[in-house]
Amino acid sequence: MGHLATPPIKTSCEITLENLWQTAEGRKVLTCIQCGTCAGTCPYGEVMDYPPRRIIGMLRAGLLEEVYVSESLLNCVACYACKAKCPRGIDLTGVLLPLVKEQVLLHVPEMPVELQKALENTLRYGNPMGESPRKRAAWAKTAGVPIRVFSEDARTADVLWFVECYNSFYPRGQNISRATAKLFHILGVDFAILGNEEKCAGECGRLSWETGLSNTLMEYNMALLAKYRFHRIVTSSPHAYDAFKYRYPVLGFNYTLEQTVPFLFSYLEHLKPRLKRKLNYRVTYHDSCCLGRHNNYYEEPRELLRAIPGMQLVEMTHNRINTICCGGGGGGMWLDTYYKTKNQERLSERRAREAVATGADVLAVACDYEVSRFEDALKVLGADKKMVVKDVTELLAEALED
Amino acid sequence: MKIIVVLKMVPDVVEELEVASDGKSLSTDFLRLIVNERDAHALEAALLIKERHGGSVIVVGHEAPEIEEVLFSALAKGADRAIKVTGGAAEMTARGAALLLAKLLPTIPGVLPADLILTGCQALDDLDGQTAPLLACALNLPYLGLVSRIEADPAAQKATVAKEYAGGVHGEFEVPLPAVLGIQGAEKPPRYVPVAKVRAATKSQKLESVAIPAAEESMPTHVEVLQLSKPESTGHAEMLEGTPEELAGKVCEILAGRGLL
Repeated sequence: MGHLATPPIKTSCEITLENLWQTAEGRKVLTCIQCGTCAGTCPYGEVMDYPPRRIIGMLRAGLLEEVYVSESLLNCVACYACKAKCPRGIDLTGVLLPLVKEQVLLHVPEMPVELQKALENTLRYGNPMGESPRKRAAWAKTAGVPIRVFSEDARTADVLWFVECYNSFYPRGQNISRATAKLFHILGVDFAILGNEEKCAGECGRLSWETGLSNTLMEYNMALLAKYRFHRIVTSSPHAYDAFKYRYPVLGFNYTLEQTVPFLFSYLEHLKPRLKRKLNYRVTYHDSCCLGRHNNYYEEPRELLRAIPGMQLVEMTHNRINTICCGGGGGGMWLDTYYKTKNQERLSERRAREAVATGADVLAVACDYEVSRFEDALKVLGADKKMVVKDVTELLAEALED
Repeated sequence: MKIIVVLKMVPDVVEELEVASDGKSLSTDFLRLIVNERDAHALEAALLIKERHGGSVIVVGHEAPEIEEVLFSALAKGADRAIKVTGGAAEMTARGAALLLAKLLPTIPGVLPADLILTGCQALDDLDGQTAPLLACALNLPYLGLVSRIEADPAAQKATVAKEYAGGVHGEFEVPLPAVLGIQGAEKPPRYVPVAKVRAATKSQKLESVAIPAAEESMPTHVEVLQLSKPESTGHAEMLEGTPEELAGKVCEILAGRGLL
């Protein structure tokens, strides 16, 4: 589709349902031809009362309020599949759906408890787990390499590494952070982290319908970033990357920004000779929605994996632009219990089944939501002995040792 | 129906609690306060009654860090008035707080008489659940604690109330209004309020401020804290190590040694 080559639109926080028709993105919604490709490609399209196509239909008919009181949009995991396939190039995921979702939040009679807790925790503690912010950088103490924290040493750094919540608090995420730190260290990257001052970038607030929450976090993070001096921001989280790239510019964000995978890819010449250990894994790579479909980084993670001696790469049926979301986006990370009550198979299980079918030993991922989601899915499917989940950085770090 | 909800802030145990250098109080260096969970349920119960029977909800709280956000959040959820009580000691005993409130509430215009006064039946720093019954006593009103359901009948000026007992037992009571009820849980968990709504309330609504009269500032307390300390462990779990065979042997030894084999 031609519109994939055009850079994704940086949407403004100022777009509302009231002024939608005065904006370019809004007027594009009017060009919908009701073809239903969005509904057909949506991973949960068959359980939605109002898939994207119907939402546009309701909007045009002036019946959008019926969508507000429906639970349909609770099934949207903000995976960008509809936007990527829309023949009109309508930015459903980035523009229209969050606006409607915000109204659903205000009207839904019962909010799923798990989601409510995650949002309340994110506001109060800066992370959805509800952990003390003073423990956010605890993982760095056992990283094995020196990690500078800006609040302790405010000298200019080349890279501000924005670690994000799951890679700070979840044990598996902490492993990923340690692996990333090791890679930065051996590549001689001059980096520092925000440590306990860091709070969630707020992307899921936006796509989980809570614009007030994401605005609060954006204001906080903009003020925090202004305190320190660095040349660029590198973030492990594709979701934080999306937040900084598409949402923060409205508050004046104009720092150079990279996600870990393309960042490491740019160092491949220096990295490859250090990857000495042979890892005889058959690995299948899962394209993350944010990194892949939304930002077109498909080949970089694959090249990194191919640089590891002994790795054999196999593709799943749905790869690259056709990837099936792990189900973590758009608030999905905190809706597993809700989906269970609806007897809906989680997307992570659907995808894990596809991964197991490739016969690979390792499912490689690059997004902070995916590790725990796929490990859980493999356990549920009884396939956790056949296949393990590893982040691309973990595999690279593993190949470093000799 | 007019319902008063009494809220208070308690230590947030997400942060590690440390004893202050005086050995008698909590260190405030990293202490954060959070609304008492039972009081949050009391507010939810009040809002549910308002939704069913109409009327107004008045929220009252003693000033403390972060209470303003809690009060604005209550307004955003649907409360009609939010009153912040200023002055007085930061730490009050349950009895002190109850007596103070009982003296103060009648002096605030438009607050009493109310049909119901709801507050949490317990708090982290009031595990005995004394504040609510003492308040009822001081106001000369009936009291029921550990309430998990309220069916109000405003026309007949009474309420049917479910009270929890140990062992999963429930009691059903009929109580004439006005009454004080100590809430264990509302019928639904405290509702979510979007951050944008709270922000809007902070801009468009006002908190009322009522000062504790100087005469009441120094209330005699009959309880004095002598020492505050963390529990000391008198024993630890013994971690066994070894190969599976060695471990099996050790476990057998322990069981035999205690006459269990």
